[in-house]
Amino acid sequence: MTKLIFEKGKPGRRAIHLPKMDTPDYMNTLSKKYMRKTPADLPEVSEPDVVRHYTDLSTKNFGVDANFYPLGSCTMKYNPKINEYMAALPGFSDVHPLQPEHTVQGCLELMHCLQQLLCEIAGMDAFSLQPAAGAQGEITGLMIMRKYLNDHGLEHKNIILVPDSSHGTNPASAALAGFTVQTIPSDQKGQTDLQQLKEMVHDGVAGLMLTNPNTVGVFEEHIEEIASVIHSVNGLLYYDGANANAIVGIVRPGDMGFDLVHFNLHKTFSTPHGGGGPGSGPIGVKKFLEEYLPNPVVKKDSDRYFLDYSSPCSIGKIHSFYGNFGVLVKAYCYILNLGREGLIQVAENAVLNANYIAKRLGEFLKIPFDKGFMHEFIVSYDTLLDQGIHAKDAAKRLIDFGIHPPTMYFPAIVSEALMIEPTETESKETLDRFCDLMEQIYQEGINDPELLKTTPHTKTVRRLDEVAAARNPVIKYME
Amino acid sequence: MNKYIPNTQAQKAEMLSYIGIDSVDRLFDCIPDSIKDRNGMNIPEGLSDIELEGKLRSLSGKNLNVNDAVCFIGAGAYDRYIPAVVKALISRQEFLTAYTPYQAEASQGLLQAIFEYQSLICNLTGMEGSNASVYDGGSALAEAVSLSNSVKRKSRVLVSGCLNPRYRQVLDTYVRYKDMKTVEIDSADGVTDLESISKDDLAESGCLILQNPNYFGCLEDMESASEFAKRNGLHLIVSVNPISLGILQSPGEYEADIVTGEGQELGNGLSFGGPYLGFFAVSKPLIRKMPGRIVGMTKDLEGKAGYVLTMQAREQHIRREKASSNICSNQALNALAAAIYLSVLGKQGVVDVAKLSFNKAHYLYNGLKETRLFKERFTSEFFNEFVLDAGVNVKQIQDAYLNNKILLGYGLANEFSDMKNSLLIAVTEKRTKKEMDLVVEMAGDMS
Repeated sequence: MTKLIFEKGKPGRRAIHLPKMDTPDYMNTLSKKYMRKTPADLPEVSEPDVVRHYTDLSTKNFGVDANFYPLGSCTMKYNPKINEYMAALPGFSDVHPLQPEHTVQGCLELMHCLQQLLCEIAGMDAFSLQPAAGAQGEITGLMIMRKYLNDHGLEHKNIILVPDSSHGTNPASAALAGFTVQTIPSDQKGQTDLQQLKEMVHDGVAGLMLTNPNTVGVFEEHIEEIASVIHSVNGLLYYDGANANAIVGIVRPGDMGFDLVHFNLHKTFSTPHGGGGPGSGPIGVKKFLEEYLPNPVVKKDSDRYFLDYSSPCSIGKIHSFYGNFGVLVKAYCYILNLGREGLIQVAENAVLNANYIAKRLGEFLKIPFDKGFMHEFIVSYDTLLDQGIHAKDAAKRLIDFGIHPPTMYFPAIVSEALMIEPTETESKETLDRFCDLMEQIYQEGINDPELLKTTPHTKTVRRLDEVAAARNPVIKYME
Repeated sequence: MNKYIPNTQAQKAEMLSYIGIDSVDRLFDCIPDSIKDRNGMNIPEGLSDIELEGKLRSLSGKNLNVNDAVCFIGAGAYDRYIPAVVKALISRQEFLTAYTPYQAEASQGLLQAIFEYQSLICNLTGMEGSNASVYDGGSALAEAVSLSNSVKRKSRVLVSGCLNPRYRQVLDTYVRYKDMKTVEIDSADGVTDLESISKDDLAESGCLILQNPNYFGCLEDMESASEFAKRNGLHLIVSVNPISLGILQSPGEYEADIVTGEGQELGNGLSFGGPYLGFFAVSKPLIRKMPGRIVGMTKDLEGKAGYVLTMQAREQHIRREKASSNICSNQALNALAAAIYLSVLGKQGVVDVAKLSFNKAHYLYNGLKETRLFKERFTSEFFNEFVLDAGVNVKQIQDAYLNNKILLGYGLANEFSDMKNSLLIAVTEKRTKKEMDLVVEMAGDMS
């Protein structure tokens, strides 16, 4: 195990060379009562110490550049290098958000263009780039729904429907926006149970949140009917864009009947996940909801781009500034680089790769929803339970082979679920190696179950005790 | 095929044949034809890399970047020096292209780095627990109110009138849907006037929000605020400038309950407003109620120490609609930058950067208020940011400076009706005496 940065270094070591004080010293004008009593206990290390420490830590991590990452629902595709370089141009990375408008026209133009591109891709009429993540896109969308309904005398509509397979953020966001959440069951095909939906829909329903293809990877083939059921009670339909990689350029949420959409730029539009952020979750709406978007919106007035704070119906601000601009630059590059054809190829190859793996794995593993799935699918790894092998045992064994495990135990409606999403940026060779390994691991589960139960074997740590961590939390360094 | 897709036509054909279909289109048969519309998406043809780079360089060239100017704008984002080490290390693909470290065994590097980040934030703020960060300074405050409300369950939130108005707007957006409202506390001489709070508001509120240094740069009497909060059964929530804590009393020292702030200053570029990070730290009793991701130390099955995401039972993926927050990410890479930055600065560096900023800001303040162009607005003590009132239209003054590539502060007219000709000016360790002498000289020439 690597020592903590606090345990390295020696008193007096420094890693920064600051300029000498070139002004008089005014410290004696600072009242004693405002002064810090004991100095902050920060490390005392040299620059080589810092570099070696964090480089060492980096080697104990998986990244897409080095490892296949078939993590369902996360769209771990390759992150293009040119986009990183473009976002790092000083004209983007070293611009203060409160500079006069005429000194930031390039930033505003980029945002305006990206808004329009996303409108095209989503089939929406207006976009806000403010949400800093998918979950923030959701809460923004739900606040828009709440305010729109209130402004139209529909305060009584307070139920948001979510499928039982939905992402946890859907119900959490809905509750945060003041709605009551009701769950719709899935049917045998892994789709929203249409009959149940019809029975659950009444005047009190404010809307439905849906991912399509949904979280089991299956396209909701009755989407038009679902939309008309929700719209028949003046409800609104919210599209969770987590799985948009399957449909980009093929079908647009707006054409499916959705009224609001958020995209995850860190999924479909290739911006790096950064170990859990920063992401970006722009929210798009149909015309009738446009004036509810968070302030400010980027607009164009002849040749001038500007930040418009004027909409009186806006839900207000949800980000300290205008969103994760640096992430927006990368997504904009990606869309321009790929163009229309390139984007269609993304969906086609993502779906082809998933179907290919599923067909191969289906030879020896159980795939509960094996019809109509798209860019990802679910394996129910419950056929070796007699040997004591659970989904996580097989998944963690992949770590030994340099492959990141698939998403485990989500959604909860499938027992011993492994959700597999290869993305379009993986080659057949990689997919074949993965399938071969999955087969090998399955055999190991039969012949040598202990080997699997104690995986991984090749990392600096073995299986970690999460229960103990939660029971007695140690969340900071103590000498 | 686009260059990020490795499969050749031959491989695709092979895969299709294995699946048992004749065309990729069959894979999309599940989508009704009525909604499929391949012509609907009006996206231009793809640009080559050379064309793309040309276009982006031209766009970026339309912006004035702070390297080509002298930046005295702050107001929530600061032009601080970012050591090369920070940029070099956060560019490593193992950090940059990784997912959230749910698979602990394959993510020990990032987990340890976040554990260190949490520890560094705790030590800087003097608090007992920190999460792995949230979106930004504004949303951190909204999350803090939500946490406080889960304990206090009151309908009003007392907010200092000297709070960053953008944080206030974010907060207002979030609390509206929880049947709560914010109540603004009056200010006097640039600091919060706690005595002005009405008895009724006090009785209905669960928390008190202050910013220190506040939006105007002034120092609040946090010791008194803390006593006031305790006396009235309120949580004290404070939004702090992290660099100021090199020299200013830490929230732990005055016993704040929840500490939030904008972490951009800790090694993250200005980037036109994001991505930044909101840091979030609490006192011991509130640790288990914190929102967002938290890394904890544990042992593996051989007894070796390691790190995992912990206390996940609080979070949305387990609790769904009963979760205390919907947040499902952190600003991991920005938090990593903050951890590396604080390690580089170290014990002495954070004091030095704070002192440099303090001294330089006071030098400029003293110089400018002596000119006839500006007069002082407040007499309260400040850290590295201050407000001056101009005798003439501030926009004209700013334009004149901008002609000399100087971004002189941020005008407060839009945010405060009684500050039509006020400028909020920030000074960081990057500014030099020479630059500031020029600013003062120009002011002299203009008056």
